Amino acid sequence: MSPSPLVIAGVEFSSRLFVGTGKFSSGEIMRRSLEASGTQLVTVALGRVRTGGEPDDILGHLDTARYRLLPNTSGTRSAREAVLAAELAREALETNWLKLEIHPDPKYLMPDPVETLEATELLVKRGFIVLPYVHADPVLCKRLEEAGAAAVMPLGSPIGSALGLESRAFLEIIIAQSRVPVVVDAGLGAPSHAAAALEMGADAVLVNTAIAAAGNPVAMAEAFRLGVEAGRTAREAGLGGRASAGAPARASATSPLTSFLGGGAP
Amino acid sequence: MNAAAETIGITLNDAPHALAVPATLQGLLSQAELAQRKGIAAAVNGEVVPRSAWAMRALAEKDRVLVIRATQGG
Repeated sequence: MSPSPLVIAGVEFSSRLFVGTGKFSSGEIMRRSLEASGTQLVTVALGRVRTGGEPDDILGHLDTARYRLLPNTSGTRSAREAVLAAELAREALETNWLKLEIHPDPKYLMPDPVETLEATELLVKRGFIVLPYVHADPVLCKRLEEAGAAAVMPLGSPIGSALGLESRAFLEIIIAQSRVPVVVDAGLGAPSHAAAALEMGADAVLVNTAIAAAGNPVAMAEAFRLGVEAGRTAREAGLGGRASAGAPARASATSPLTSFLGGGAP
Repeated sequence: MNAAAETIGITLNDAPHALAVPATLQGLLSQAELAQRKGIAAAVNGEVVPRSAWAMRALAEKDRVLVIRATQGG
């Protein structure tokens, strides 16, 4: 049985594995890895053209009839910069899909929640299909959904860290309450991490470093494809023997939740 | 002003360029061998200029032109 398709902004994806194009050692390795991954959505970054040299863009290695492009706004530090990057991406790549990522600090590449929410509001109004990359923050994800994000992309662990689902407890809450697809992005280091994310109920995962920096990227792309398929199939089958499968633990307050400011009951 | 005032100085991705007046974005991108390239986008002073408007977009002294393309990224 093949797992059910994922739908984002009305577009159907039979593959729940999204793949980033960074860090591949060559265009040819990237091309073969994307093929082995079965992905239908690939991210690209924006960069300044070099003048006077060979064309150095990535599009020659990407079959855009086969892969939908998801340009990112990496390198932007504010909502204002992200909006300019988004408009440049739309002009250059003829897509209104966007992975919104705003990280002011290049050391840890932590997404800025305040700028990201503001940029989402602006970009949705300008007709973009916005997929924001954020911390695994359930409140922020809900606010982004309300602002019109087409999906949310909470991180599993710091980007490039390969630590896996360190944010599991928060991802479970996000998944339980989200009405838009949840794509776990960043930090997935092994196919087992991807499988666990899909078992947990994530709608898709985005993987880059773990494939691109593997000893054999093409084989690793295939392994991630299998991991994602296994995780999704298991999710749809219904995991047995787990009383709380899919239901995050409720919080237990240490301060009294009295309505001391008035208004409705908490 | 002298005869050299028939040119203006702008930057293209932070590199200085001298252009004969009247200068347009299309002229600059042709001079830089970028005008025919697919998959690029241009902004002048932080405002995106669609490809269809390059020929009409006049450039002035100290304009900052940014030209981007897709590259590898996650």
